[in-house]
Amino acid sequence: MSETSLRVTAITAAETASRGAALKRLRLIDVAFHGLTRASAVAVLLLLGSVLASLIVGAAPALGTFGFSFLVDETWNPVTEKFGALAPIYGTLMTSALAMLIAVPVGLMIAFFLTELCPMALRRPIGIAIELLAGIPSIIYGIWGLFIFAPFLQAHVQPFLIDALEDVPVLSSLFSGPPYGIGLLTAGLILAIMVLPFVTSISRDVFEAVPAVLKEAAYGVGCTTWEVFRHVVLPYTRVGVIGGFMLGLGRALGETMAVTFVIGNAHHVSASLLAPGTTISASIANEFTEAVGDLYTSSLVALGLILFFITFVVLAIARYLLIRIERKAG
Amino acid sequence: MAKTTDAAHRNPLYAGRRRRNRIAKALAMLATAFGLGWLVLILGVLLYKGIGGLTLSVFTEMTPPPGAAGGLLNAIVGSLMMTVLAILIGTPIGILAGTYLAEYGRYARLSSVVRFINDILLSAPSIVIGLFVYAIMVAPMGHFSGWAGAVALAVIVIPVVVRTTEDMLTLVPDTLREAAASIGLPRALMIIRIAYRAARAGIVTGILLAVARISGETAPLLFTALNNQFFSADMNAPMPSLPVVIFQFALSPYAEWQKLAWTGALLITVAVLALSIIARSLTAARKSS
Repeated sequence: MSETSLRVTAITAAETASRGAALKRLRLIDVAFHGLTRASAVAVLLLLGSVLASLIVGAAPALGTFGFSFLVDETWNPVTEKFGALAPIYGTLMTSALAMLIAVPVGLMIAFFLTELCPMALRRPIGIAIELLAGIPSIIYGIWGLFIFAPFLQAHVQPFLIDALEDVPVLSSLFSGPPYGIGLLTAGLILAIMVLPFVTSISRDVFEAVPAVLKEAAYGVGCTTWEVFRHVVLPYTRVGVIGGFMLGLGRALGETMAVTFVIGNAHHVSASLLAPGTTISASIANEFTEAVGDLYTSSLVALGLILFFITFVVLAIARYLLIRIERKAG
Repeated sequence: MAKTTDAAHRNPLYAGRRRRNRIAKALAMLATAFGLGWLVLILGVLLYKGIGGLTLSVFTEMTPPPGAAGGLLNAIVGSLMMTVLAILIGTPIGILAGTYLAEYGRYARLSSVVRFINDILLSAPSIVIGLFVYAIMVAPMGHFSGWAGAVALAVIVIPVVVRTTEDMLTLVPDTLREAAASIGLPRALMIIRIAYRAARAGIVTGILLAVARISGETAPLLFTALNNQFFSADMNAPMPSLPVVIFQFALSPYAEWQKLAWTGALLITVAVLALSIIARSLTAARKSS
């Protein structure tokens, strides 16, 4: 009897010891894994921080030399080492605005079609097809724009625009000058095709989140499909839709390769949309490897810093709005 | 009954609303046709222009000097090497960070900041990433290199993987976690053995999407990996890549180069679209099961 109880205690003691060791090992694994994941999360923060820091350090010489005038000066002369960012900033904002002007209404209408009109069986295939547009690499848009789209615009669309708008006060200066094919208009149109899928898929997602009761109530009092969309769905999803626009705008602002092919790389601010221009990203892509001299390189990095700042603000607003609508839905 | 509908038809207010509705519906269909039209147009032109040059020599010969025939072998190999390396660098960090956001720190203040910053990185202009890597690698090392190109691509991979890993882990039902905890499994083992396994298809999807995203990236490679006319497996030297070769050849005045650029463009597009369709079908299978 006493022998058995002794043996039991002996086993328990041994077990406790080994269990203690095992538990300790497990706790160690847990702490190590926790630390590792946390460190990786912090690494993401550091990554953005170091991107920002490297841009600021790289841009410092140019910004120090030119000061505030860097932002408002049009000159871009590598020979005299006099640089100003006005032309690229103007080109970036102008092409992006043009892109959004086209992509937003079209994207909204596609989302309207996909959520309210399209037969169920076609919704997924059409949705995926539109999203494939977003998957095509930007260099493909570039090569396509340069060889197919720009010559087509030059031969058929631009001469027509110039003639048709000759006598219209503001538009005539926007569409003046010879039809080069490449230029701000072409870049803006290609950007529009590129951001279209972003606007569409986000609008569709937020439209689908509208409670069915709201729509049914509107249909119940006799609204047409369009009226339900215009007066119930759109007001309900306004914040999310604007968030989607901002996300698309962020894309358009930072897009590089597609624009580089068709913008013409001319550091001019011209009123005409048909004239060649440049954008921030196109200037960097075209000139960075060829830049000689510290001031030239630094000016290009300063352009990058400006672009980063603009897109950061736009994307931050987009995220803030989208988070707000997620909370509302959640 | 028929009389009232007739009256409704004739009422100008009703007629106007119906007309507006019809116009809006027509415009919506037109917009969809417009969007799909571009896809067809772009893919059609790519096939038409690219398929003629798609011969075996594209995969067996090096990029030619101006005016000669050749292939894209060195560019394809360079692209593959840098993509694989970028995935190897970026994926572990991305998965671990995503794990923190979804598991340990789901409600932590740090997580909401990281989530926000990650979303910014996700859409940050890729050319700026190129400038960053130029500053931290190319300038100190004194020369362009395949390493720098791979690091630049890895910076693009990380946010994609973080985002999908977090999303997929969040979808794993909490009952699984509770069951694991109830039999005394520590959290780390619960994540590695249960949560990862449940979210595997989703995490793989994220990696595939990241591959699709970087295999067409040009801007960050322009001044990190640069380009190379010759075959090079040396990661420490300038390295050719398909997108950069396309960029250079397309803007050249030589017909042979332009033709190769179209062929390369077709190759990249097919690869990228195939990857994203595979990724999509993986998640679709998951959702329906």
